[in-house]
Amino acid sequence: MIPYIARRLVLAVPTVLGVATLVFLLIHLVPGDPVDVMLGETARAVDKLRLRHQLGLDRPLPVQYGRYLSHLARADLGRSLHSGRPVRRMIVARYPATLELAGAALLLAVLIAVPLGLAAAARPNSGLDAACRGLAVLGTAMPNFYLGPMLILLFAIELEWAPVSGRGGLAHVVLPALTLGMGMAAILTRMLRAALLDRLHDEYIRAARAKGAGEQRVLLKHALRNAVLPVITILGLQTGALLAGTIITETIFAWPGLGRLTLLAIQTRDYPLVQGCVLVIALSYVLINLITDVLYGVIDPRLRVRA
Amino acid sequence: MRRLLPNVQVRAGLTIVALFVAVALFGPSLVSQSPTTQNLSEDLQPPRAAHPFGQDKLGRDVLSRVVYGARVSLLVGVTVAGISACIGLAVGAFAGYAGGWTDELIMRVIDVLLAFPGILLAIALSAVLGPSLRNVLLALCVIGWTGYARLVRAEVQAWRTREFVSAAVVLGATPRRIVRLHIVPHLLTPLLVQATFGMAGAIVAEASLSFLGLGVQPPTPSWGAMVNEGRSFLLVAPHVALFPGLAIILTVFALHFLGDGLRDLLDVHAVEPLSSRRRALPLEVASPGA
Repeated sequence: MIPYIARRLVLAVPTVLGVATLVFLLIHLVPGDPVDVMLGETARAVDKLRLRHQLGLDRPLPVQYGRYLSHLARADLGRSLHSGRPVRRMIVARYPATLELAGAALLLAVLIAVPLGLAAAARPNSGLDAACRGLAVLGTAMPNFYLGPMLILLFAIELEWAPVSGRGGLAHVVLPALTLGMGMAAILTRMLRAALLDRLHDEYIRAARAKGAGEQRVLLKHALRNAVLPVITILGLQTGALLAGTIITETIFAWPGLGRLTLLAIQTRDYPLVQGCVLVIALSYVLINLITDVLYGVIDPRLRVRA
Repeated sequence: MRRLLPNVQVRAGLTIVALFVAVALFGPSLVSQSPTTQNLSEDLQPPRAAHPFGQDKLGRDVLSRVVYGARVSLLVGVTVAGISACIGLAVGAFAGYAGGWTDELIMRVIDVLLAFPGILLAIALSAVLGPSLRNVLLALCVIGWTGYARLVRAEVQAWRTREFVSAAVVLGATPRRIVRLHIVPHLLTPLLVQATFGMAGAIVAEASLSFLGLGVQPPTPSWGAMVNEGRSFLLVAPHVALFPGLAIILTVFALHFLGDGLRDLLDVHAVEPLSSRRRALPLEVASPGA
C-alpha cells in the first residue's frame, strides 16, 4: 500500500506545481498594467510605484516566479491590498465555514442519492425508476444560483422553516447545503443506478440468487459493494467541485466562507487575495482527488498491483 | 436521422432544443417590446396580457429579455462547444497518435487544467480579463477543450491498433492522412454526444458567471444576470427570477435528455485507458461546468 500511496504523491507534485504556476500567471493576464487596474488610473504615481514593488511586478518574470514559489513554500500568500492583512490568515479564518458547508452538502447528497439509486435499480424501467431518473436529470439541469433563491422563497420566506441567510446552527446550514449538494445528488443517483444495473448482470449475482439470497440481500450486500467504485470516483470529483460551487452558494446565503471571500476579492480587484483563494480551492481539489485515488487502492487491491 | 427519431428521449430533447434555437433566431422579430426599453412607472408589474412574463425593476419586458437572452445562451453554447471540440479533436488526435513524450506533455497540461474545478478557472479568468461576453467565451473555451481532448486521445489510441490502420500504414499513408481519413470519422459520434453535454455545461457556466456579475454586462439580457436581478424581489415580484430560471432549466434539461438519448441510441462509450478507472466517467460528468 505504501508504494502505491508514494507513487500517487509523486504524480501529484507536477500537478501542484502546474496549478501554482497557472495561479501565478493569472495576474499577468490582466489587460494593461495590473497596478492601474487595482488602484485606478488616477492613483498617485508614488502609490503605484509602491504597490508595483510590493507585488514584485517591477522585477523580471523569472525572478517574480522564483520569489512566488519561495514564498509559497513558506505558505506566504502575500497581503490583501485592501485590508493589509496576510492572505493566509484571511483564508484560514474562512476555510472552516466552507468545509462545514461542503461537508453538509456531501452528506445530504449521499443521503438523497443512495436510496434513490437503490430504488431505481431495484425496479428498472418502472414508474419509480422513471421518477428517480427524472429527478436526477432535473437536479443536474437546475443551476444552484436558481435553486438557492427558490429554496429561500419557499422554505425561508413562505414556510419560515429555515433562516434566509447567515451561519449559525443546523437550521442555517440546511438550505445552502441542499442548494450546493443537489447537483451532486443527481449525478450520484444516476451513477449509482447505472453501476448497480451493470453489476446485477454479473455472474456472482446469479450465483447468489441461485443460492437463495433474497433480492434485498443481493442488492445491498452483493451488488452495492461492487458498484461503489465508480460512485467513489464521482464523489471525489464532485466534492472538489463543491468547493468551487461555494462561490455562488455562499453569495446567495451570505455564508461567511472562502467562496464569498473569493467573490469579494474579485469585486474589489484584490488580486493577491484572488490568487490565494483560487490556489487554496484548486489545491483542495487536488488533495481530494489524491485521497480518492488512495481510497481506490484500499477498496480495489487490483489497482495497487497495476500501479 | 430516421434511426434517431423513433427514440422518445431523442425526439423530446430535439424538439425542445429546436424550439430554443427558433426562439433565439426568430423570437426577437416576434416580440414587440425592446429588451432594454425602461418604463419606471411600471416597475415589477406581474404577468398580464401586455407583458406575459411581467416587468422587471426598471419596467423592462421580461418576455423580450428572456427571448433575447436565448441568443446569448445559444451563442455561448454553440461557440464554446464548437471551438472546444475542434481544439480537443486536434490536440487529442495529435497526442493519441504521436504517443511518447508528446502525449505525456500534453496530458500533464490537461491534468493541470483539470486540477481546477471548471467553474473556478472560468471565474478566475473572467475576473482578471474583465467581464464581457468575449472573455466569457475565452474562459469557457480554455477549460472546455480538455474533456474533448482526453476523449479523442483515448479513442485514437484504441483505433490506431485496428487492422485497417495498420494496412494504411503499410500502404504508405502519412500519420496525418491516417488520422484525418481513417480515424477521425469514427470519433464524430462520441464528439457529438460530448458536445451536446458541453453545450449544456457552457450555458450554465455563462449564466453562473453573469449571475456573479462576471459575464455579459447590462443592459444586454442574460438569463443568469436576470436571475440575480430578480433575487432581490423574490417576495414582491417572483416572476422576475422565475422565467429566466425556467428557461435555463428547460434548455439544459433538453440538452441532457438529447445527449442521454443519443448516447444510448448510438451506443457511445468513452474508451479510456484501463489503468485509470478514475477517468472512466460518463461523458456529461466530464463536461465543463455541468
